[in-house]
This record gives sequence, structure tokens and C-alpha cells, in this order.
Amino acid sequence: MQSPILLISKELPRLTYQSTPDRFDETWEAPLSTLLGWGRAAGADFIEFFLERVNYISCMAEDDAITSISPRLSTGAGVRVFRGKADCYVSTNDLSFNGLKAALEKGLSIMGLQLPAPNSYVPEINLELLRDYAVKKGKESWLADCSSMREMGDVLLAANGELATQAQFVQSRRAVYFRDWQEVLVASSDGTFARDIRLSQSVGYSLLCADGAQRSSINKRVGSTSEPGFLRTWNYGKDAEEVADSASKMLYADYVESGNYPVVMANEFGGVIFHEACGHLLETTQIERKTTPFADKKGEKIAHENLTAWDEGLTSDAFGTIDMDDEGMPAQRTLLIENGILKNFIADRAGSVRTGNPRTGSGRRQGYTYAAASRMRNTYIAPGDYSVEELFASIDKGIYCKKMGGGSVGATGQFNFAVDEAYLIENGKLTKPLKGATLIGEATEIMNKISMCSNDLGLAAGFCGSVSGSVYVTVGQPHIKVDSITVGGR
Amino acid sequence: MPKIDDIASYAKDTAHKLGIKKYDIYGSAIDETSVQVDQGEPQQMKASQRSSVTVRVWNDEHSVGVTSTTDVDPIGLELALKTAHEASFFGVKENVPEFSPEATDPTAPHAEAKNPQAPVSKLLETLVEAEKELLAAHPAIKGVPYNGLAQRDIDRFYLNSEGAVRNEGHSFASLYLYTKTEEEGRKPRSAGAFRVSHGLDELDINGCLKEAAEKTISHLNYDKVKTGKYRVVFSPEAILSLIGAFSNLFNAQSILDNQSLSTPESLGTQIASPLLCLCDDALHPENVGAETFDGEGTPTRRVALITNGVLSGFLHSSGTAKRLNAQPTGHANMGSKITVSPHFYHIFAGESAEQDYSLDTADNVILIDDLSALHAGVQATQGSFSLPFDGWLVQNGKRTSVESATVAGDIREVLKSVIYVEKELEFTGSGVAPRVWVDELSITGE
Repeated sequence: MQSPILLISKELPRLTYQSTPDRFDETWEAPLSTLLGWGRAAGADFIEFFLERVNYISCMAEDDAITSISPRLSTGAGVRVFRGKADCYVSTNDLSFNGLKAALEKGLSIMGLQLPAPNSYVPEINLELLRDYAVKKGKESWLADCSSMREMGDVLLAANGELATQAQFVQSRRAVYFRDWQEVLVASSDGTFARDIRLSQSVGYSLLCADGAQRSSINKRVGSTSEPGFLRTWNYGKDAEEVADSASKMLYADYVESGNYPVVMANEFGGVIFHEACGHLLETTQIERKTTPFADKKGEKIAHENLTAWDEGLTSDAFGTIDMDDEGMPAQRTLLIENGILKNFIADRAGSVRTGNPRTGSGRRQGYTYAAASRMRNTYIAPGDYSVEELFASIDKGIYCKKMGGGSVGATGQFNFAVDEAYLIENGKLTKPLKGATLIGEATEIMNKISMCSNDLGLAAGFCGSVSGSVYVTVGQPHIKVDSITVGGR
Repeated sequence: MPKIDDIASYAKDTAHKLGIKKYDIYGSAIDETSVQVDQGEPQQMKASQRSSVTVRVWNDEHSVGVTSTTDVDPIGLELALKTAHEASFFGVKENVPEFSPEATDPTAPHAEAKNPQAPVSKLLETLVEAEKELLAAHPAIKGVPYNGLAQRDIDRFYLNSEGAVRNEGHSFASLYLYTKTEEEGRKPRSAGAFRVSHGLDELDINGCLKEAAEKTISHLNYDKVKTGKYRVVFSPEAILSLIGAFSNLFNAQSILDNQSLSTPESLGTQIASPLLCLCDDALHPENVGAETFDGEGTPTRRVALITNGVLSGFLHSSGTAKRLNAQPTGHANMGSKITVSPHFYHIFAGESAEQDYSLDTADNVILIDDLSALHAGVQATQGSFSLPFDGWLVQNGKRTSVESATVAGDIREVLKSVIYVEKELEFTGSGVAPRVWVDELSITGE
């Protein structure tokens, strides 16, 4: 479809656009290109509209009953206005032409601009032919193909029943599922016009066991971004066995003795160490704030020579996989560190403008109330040449971190994360279970202490909270050895 | 957002059309503006107007379904009511929620606390000036990477099909300033401060600036602390964070779900030192965001949780109150499963301590100013925590910043190991509390 021609207008067009109300299709081109033209005519250097529609549902089984089914329906839009390197972001629930126009007008006014006066020159914004990943990749039927409310309940009750047969000393058991269907449309004054449908689903267990004063709690979650039938194919028997086994081992575990230890970190969710200790510090958001020690280290060695790491949005069905980012840029595969040398940063549009690093298809946001920011997607340490046994064999006394909890990194590069399931390593062998451990350190120091990577790369679904809200990500790594790290305990 | 009377009218007509006889709706609308700056230049400015409602319907089999939506027009409400009705057939069969018995009781007097929002240019000017003053406070302060000045109007309402209607509105302004230092041969340090008030004119900007600067400067001279057991003093902010992380102790829904460190029988038992008292007080005069009713329309109130160390109350929704033979306390959040959460904690001294303590004369004491990473380092259902903190080692009254350390323990032991609760209360945004002294906590340093 051709853009309407808006050259020198005698007055602002008073057009009544009839965009399709329940689908972001080509009919949105006319109103959005008009608004983008007005924004540029007002003096903005760049304008972007982000439209979003969400159909979300969560379901929870507690013990042997479904205790919650929560649908959420949401629509909204955000407009971002750049003037030089400064920008503002305005969001609204009102997707009518007048609602979007009001949001644009507010954004312009914040930047000291106003809608063009009658007889102003209004540049034509030629949006590209709608780049529709939902159509190209057959996603239109995804929502309808997902599990019904009845099926959600049936699967979760069966799964929770399985957990009851596997676990002992159960205080409470929960199986939780959510489906987050999101349709997005991005239109910007550089001609970007792209639509996508995302389907993020996750299901997992939360088990709390108690025996007198002894307690243990274990969580396990798996995720999908491209399989509508994900829930009905969930292998809950395997996950129930794993969760029950971990909970029973941790129930009588001793508290870890604090100190400095060599540590082996398990694959899959063990990758949270790289996510927290390094990944966040490679986001251009951190360069802008001058809160990363790696800002001027591109091309320099920042990690052990045995370490290579990626961030990408392409791995099939991984939890951080996206066909385009929330700024309409196709997904990329970004080499972060190669043999210890820093190769690239993770950049969104604003980060690119402000730091000079090229965009990497990493502009992400939780929803329309957030401006996109540089965020990780599927982030992992590449596999190495060692076997897992070789990692353990290299340690006389240390700690094996089998299951990690969450973590965070502060403004000075200090990171920390919790260990949900740990074991003492003595003379290369796993001995007793340990609980209550927190790993703490400095990003610049720890990356040079990851000295051994095994050959068993595994990925795990996670959630990452930062400046643009909570987004779905993958963390991952093979088993790795950290030569020394501070372990907080009792 | 449409007016509450219009929403009530849409809902009534649509429910009638769909054959829904019993429903209630909780909703809110937010209008907010915020700015950030970097080295005197605007960094990002944000504005948002959004609204959302949660509708809850009972079907003819008396089970309940819920849906939330941001489409608060007749079409959006109809879709939400239909979806909630569909979900209701999968709702719980036991302990089905009902309307709060207090949904039409009078609420505490509420002065409409709406202040006009200042223009963005005024916000920017204020924040740029604050950043400038903070950068000038000490040569080591090279940036204020985390800063923000925001103002927000919130309107909220509750209504049900039996005629209950409540609504109220508030305005807030808030400021946070977090510095970062750089000195040759020294590690970067960071500290900050936060303030909130009913409006920009009332915001204590100088206080925020002064606190951020003083804290930052106090962390410039840092050292490692030896691993071991220490007497620890929690700042008001730190003790409120820690209590908040273990709020399942007082949460009746968590107790009924076996997700709490307490049981119904814990009520009346000694869970803390007799020196300690704790209330949740939504209506506390210092609570800028005071809400007079909860998500079920129940009036909020002051609830004693720990009295002289004895567990003296739980936080309830109408459903948990019914199941535990208690009164609702106004702590419910509307949802498919009603959840319960605190409003505003108030910690204060209980019985008199045998001895008074002072940081001016303290020796080998750790003063914890701020706890980090509570989402990761707290095992709420196990009672344990292991958390990084910002703070100081106090030796003969002199404070030296602690470089990098964690504090670990069990909340039940912490509460029982309180040896002193100071008199002077401090407002933190999430509650009011004094400094609280605790014996024998594990500190991991070097």
C-alpha cells in the first residue's frame, strides 16, 4: 500500500482513519505515517510508534486444586521522540487516531516542540511495505492453537499429582503456567514498519518441603517461544523427579561456611553468572550511565582466554528468541567475547546514538509503557574442550553450584547471586549438600577466573528485570570452573 | 479513564445483557511524568496515561472468574466480563471468595490529595540543579548515573453489583539520586538517597542532596571487613527491607497456603525480643500513598503485628479473615486468587531495654545502611537470608565504609536477637522505623 502524499499542507489533515481495531495490519500505515510526518515537521529528529496488544493468562495448581486462572487483556501504544541525543517517551491506552496524536503532541511538548502550524512543510514518511513476521512465519493461528483453560487445569493437576508421588515431607506444591501472547507493530520515521506476534509460555514447579525446623524449597521452570502446544507436551514426570530429588537433598543440608573457594557452576541456569557479572555490563545503557568497567575495553582482553560468549535472538524456541526487536530490527547473533577479547556491545537505538556502537537488534521492553533499551536475549558462554569430570578433578576443596537462584549487578560492577542447591567438593568428588550460599564478586575480576569450560552447553529460560521492565531471556553455559570466588554464608 | 459512574453504568448494562448477576470491579488510572538527566543534559523524559480494571464475576454455580483489562470502554469491559465469566467455570469450588462484609462500611476520612503537576521544564530544571550540586559536593563524585524526578497522579476505585462504590485520588512526587565516584587507584563507590512527598513543592530536595552527598563521602574511605560474627545495627531502611522480605510471617493467605514461617497457632507466641513492636498502618500520617480501602473495598486500618515481641495479628483479606475467624484488615489485592500484602510498616520500641546503646561509642559494630538483592538472597519460606549490603564498620565511634560484604542469618533468630530499638523514628517511603540493634550476625568479608 502506498503512503498518503503529505507535502505542503494548507492545514493539518483532519482525516478519519479506519484502522483495523483488532489487528495491526496495513491499515495502520496511513495514520502512523501521518503522525510521523507531523513529528518530523515539528522538529523532532526521529519518531517511533510502538503498538502492542497482549492476551495473557496464568494458571496455578496448589496441591490438588486449581486456585487461580487469571486472564489479562491489554492494548496500548508508546511514542518516542528524539531531539539530538535526548529523547522522551509517552505511553497511552488510547489507540484511536486522536489518542495517538495526543501522545505525540505531549512528547513533542516535553521536547520543547509543537505540532506544525497550518501551511507548514510536512515531510512525507515512506514506510516500508509491512514487514510482517507473523504472516511470514505462520504465527497467526498460534493463540488459537494454545491450550484451553480446561487443558491448562488438567495438565497442571496431573503434574502436581505426579510431584506428590515423587516428593517427601511436602509442605506445599505448586505447578504454575502462563501464556503471554503479544502482537506488536513498530513504525518509525526512518521508514521502519514491522509487525510480529510473540508467544511466550512457561511452566514449572515450586516445591516446599519441611521436616521439623528443616526446610528446603526448589523451583524449576521451562519455557518456549514458538510451540503453541508446549504445555500439552511438557514432560512433567522428568521435572517432578528432578525437583523432588533436589528438595530432599537440600532438606537436611548444612549451611555453607563463608570464605573464598574454587567453584564449579552447573550448565543451563548456571549461566546467570555471566548474565549478571558481564552481560548487563555490556549493554549500552550501562555505557551511557558510565556504570560499566568495560566501556572503553572493546578489542581488549577482559576475560580468561578460554572464554567465548554470545548474545543472540535466533536459537530455535529459546526463551529470549525474537524475530525482530521492539524497534523493528531483525534479530541478530552478536559475538560478545572471543577467547577473552571484548568484541561487541549490546545496543538499542538510543544506545547506538549516544555511544556510537552499532545496533544489534537488542532494543527490548516489557510492554508499551516502557521505552526500549539495550537488553540481552539468549546469552551464553560457548562450550569448551574439557569434560565435566576434569573440572571436578582439578579441585581439592571447593563448591559445586548445581542450581542457581537469581542475582543482580550494582552500579560499581559488584555482582551477587544466590545458590539454591550446592555441594561440597572434596578431592575432586561431591560430598555433602550445602545451603545458604551467595556468590559475590567484581565483574572485572571474576571474568578472568573462569578458567575451564566443559563441552556440555545447556540453556535455561529466565526473566530479566531492568530499565525497560521484565523481559524473557535465556541464560546458558557449559559447566565452568571459577578459580576463586567469595561465598557468603554463615 | 471514563468516570467511575460511567464504568458502573457500562458494567451494569453489560452484566445484565450477559446474564451476570454478581460482579465487582477494582480499577485505577495513572497519569505520570518523569525525567532523568546526565551531566546537565536531559537524558530521558517519560509520560504515561494508563488505566486498568479487574473484573470478578460469580456464575450461577457460584464459582468465580476474574479478568483484567486496560480497555476501559464499553467494548473492553464487555470482553473482560465475558472472559471472566468463561474463567469462572474453572474457579475454586472451596472457600469461594465473597464480597467483603465491609465493602460499604465507612472509610477513614480522606482529603483529596491532588496537586497540580509541574511542567516538565520545571522538573528538568530542578533535577539538573540537584545533579550539579551533588557533583560539586566532592571532587570524587564524577556522576549521578541513577537519578530521577517523577510526579504521579493515581485514581482508584472499587464497585460491586450490590451498590458499593468507593474512589479516591492521590498525587506524589519523588526524587532519587545515586552517585558514582572515581578516584585514582581506588574502587568506584556509590551511594544515594530517596524522597517522596505529595507534590513537587513539598519535596525535600535539599535533604535528598545532603544525604546522598554525605553517604557517598562516607564510603570513600573503605576497607575490607574480616569474616565473623558481629553486632549489627540496621538502619531504618534496612530493617524495613528485611521485615518486608519476610512479610509471609504476618500474611494470612501465605499461612493458609503453607507458604509462611507462621501457622494460625503462632498467634500469641513470642517471635521476637520484647523490645520490638511492629504495626502495619496504611493510614499513618507519614504514608504519602495512604489508601483508605483495599482491592475488595474493605477499609484500611492500623494492625498490630508484633507487640512487645508477641505475634499479635495477621494481615487479612475478607476470605482469609472468614477462614481464620477474624476481621478483614484491608490488605487484599483483587485477582483470580486474592492476595494479601502490607501497606506501610511502623517499627517502634516495646519494653525498655536493660541498656541503651549509641553508635557514637560503639566498637566493632557493623552499621548496615542498605541491603541489596533481596529478590535473590532471601529464602522467604525457609527464613534464611544472605545479602550484600552497604554500610560501615564502627570502631570506637568512628565509621569506615565496608568494601564488599554480605550479612547472613535467619529472620526468626534476628527478631529474637534484637538487643536495642532506638527511639528516633525515620520515614523511608515504605514505612517508619528507628535503628535496630541485633547481636551475633554472620558477616562475610575477607
